Amino acid sequence: MSDPKTIYMDNNATTRVAPEVLEVMMPYFSELYGNPSSMHRFGDQVGKAIEVARGQVADLLGAKPSEIVFTSCGTESDSTAILSALQACPDKRHIVTSRVEHPAVKNLCESLDRLTGHKHTITSLHVESDGTIDLDKFEKSLTEETAIISMMWANNETGVIFPIKKMAAIAKARGILFHTDAVQAVGKVPIDLQDVPVDFLSLSGHKLHGPKGVGVLYVRKGTPYMPFLIGGHQEGGRRGGTENVTGIIGLGKACELAGHMLQTENTVVRSLRDKLENGLLEKVTHTILNGHKEYRLPNTTNVSFEYIEGEAILLHLDQFGICASSGSACTSGSLEPSHVLRAMGVPFTAAHGSIRFSLSVYNTEEEVDFILEKLPPIIANLRAMSPFWEDRDKIAGGGSCSSCGFGK
Amino acid sequence: MWDYTEIVQDHFLNPRNVGVIEDADGVGDVGSLSCGDALKFYFKLGDDGRIADAKFMTFGCASAIASSSALTLMVMGKTLEEAEKITNEDIADFLGGLPKEKMHCSVMGREALEASIANYRGVELPKSEGEVVCECFGVTDVDIKRAIAESNLKTLDEVTNFTKAGGGCGKCEERIQEIIDETRSSAKIIPLKVPRMTNMQKIKKIEDLFEREIRPNLKRDSGDIELVDVDGNDVYVSLRGACGSCAKSQITLKDYVEKKLREEVLDSLVVKEA
Repeated sequence: MSDPKTIYMDNNATTRVAPEVLEVMMPYFSELYGNPSSMHRFGDQVGKAIEVARGQVADLLGAKPSEIVFTSCGTESDSTAILSALQACPDKRHIVTSRVEHPAVKNLCESLDRLTGHKHTITSLHVESDGTIDLDKFEKSLTEETAIISMMWANNETGVIFPIKKMAAIAKARGILFHTDAVQAVGKVPIDLQDVPVDFLSLSGHKLHGPKGVGVLYVRKGTPYMPFLIGGHQEGGRRGGTENVTGIIGLGKACELAGHMLQTENTVVRSLRDKLENGLLEKVTHTILNGHKEYRLPNTTNVSFEYIEGEAILLHLDQFGICASSGSACTSGSLEPSHVLRAMGVPFTAAHGSIRFSLSVYNTEEEVDFILEKLPPIIANLRAMSPFWEDRDKIAGGGSCSSCGFGK
Repeated sequence: MWDYTEIVQDHFLNPRNVGVIEDADGVGDVGSLSCGDALKFYFKLGDDGRIADAKFMTFGCASAIASSSALTLMVMGKTLEEAEKITNEDIADFLGGLPKEKMHCSVMGREALEASIANYRGVELPKSEGEVVCECFGVTDVDIKRAIAESNLKTLDEVTNFTKAGGGCGKCEERIQEIIDETRSSAKIIPLKVPRMTNMQKIKKIEDLFEREIRPNLKRDSGDIELVDVDGNDVYVSLRGACGSCAKSQITLKDYVEKKLREEVLDSLVVKEA
């Protein structure tokens, strides 16, 4: 088969760099190569361009430019925020987070004892079967010992949105630092940090049509802060290391564009997503939507095709140039399906067969129609060779691995 | 993305012998929905006592489907005594190799074959008597010991790749390590006491072996081989002379060059064509 045209619906993994973004970056790869810290105009013009980018990021978030710290990625931002809060509150060793966080937060929390040499207590809050969180349970989990709360704004796998404004307000009233990993939310839903009292917010350039290798940590003015990367005086002493100039300038432009595109994202992209999702649920029986239908990013749909396995679906889609992702065990190299779907209690008949489509403003209705044409026969084909499909009426969700430790 | 061979991709995209044999002589049913892959394997014997038909139904990833498809072709025409000699390594070899994390798919194929033969003979497999070590995936000590012996497994990761044991909650990791230690010492497989080599030492040894032995040997048959690169345990070579066009060159690479390198230098080396 000759290489088909790429239909990219994996935008929660990464996005294409917008042409306008690439354009503003280009001069800083070549003629404008000065060091922003230098004491000459040649370098200083680069420093000024960084400040423009800082303003663009701040505008998208409803923040002050001085509250924006450029980092190398979302993961660095997450690590910086959490480790900073723990150093700022050395007598508190309790952290509240959720079971569905990105590995950048989840694995960091699991490694804290080793990293810091102190014992920490981590409360990982359960989510409901639709991926949402119970605010009462959240509030009850907070103690006098809680140093920081880290809750994602929107989930990368399901797109489910947490009530960050309410949670942050509860935390603020209790005097507890609040961090949100908003890597998936920025540019897809409106964010106004004048109105949402979080202390830290992480975002990543490549998730909103900016370049890879650049991120931001928002640090609210007055929040106690300790740098993670210690070195020079860059970023006002808050992050050592010579700036990723091209990345920062690209990210600034990407944030400006994202502000203009928010409306499109929540109308055009949303209706394309809905058409795809409704079409699949309609055309393919035994298909389940994972995640709350309303409290969700406009670009993401996560559906499970029961009795078949996700990697097989993805590789068939790949034959048609269609890019998506799966929460199945086999795609990750681990042997367990996605921790997010397991936390939601998605039954095993469905967890292994989950497929996520995440759209962007670059997708078209033709592409949605193409997927709606190609995917149903793939599902039918794989089900025809699945031993569980013919026995589906006899299987109640779990399969026969009775001693399985999953889903506990 | 997994690095699947073209054979794996072909068997995944065009699986052979999918389906059910209603009046099968033997049926083997292994794996489960919760474990992420499952295979139901059917065979029918001909009048001559050889497998005349084999079919499968598989739930799982590309390598699980490809392993199942391969298995049906491999058993066709064989007597049960011949078929039961097929190992998971044979299935993986038939497919031109599997990513190491996917070796358990070939093990599933071998298990289904065994289960179907046991089903035909009306006997119970020893597995049901074993101690369940990994509760997440229902793997017994019998399974683990067998995989260690058959595929010469040395580490916990390898055992997980081949049997899935330890790939879930991880509570059984200690027990698996004990089994590895027990099995390897009782089987008198003494871990090679080669002092750890630096990269330079390794490359030097490989070069020496090529010049001293491998190249002169191939040259005798008007062939030749060039050492192109060494990356970790991967030894990249390029066949020259008569070897370059010889149909048996792959056998030469695996059965002679790789074997020799493993004996003389390091037993984890893999020969690849550059």
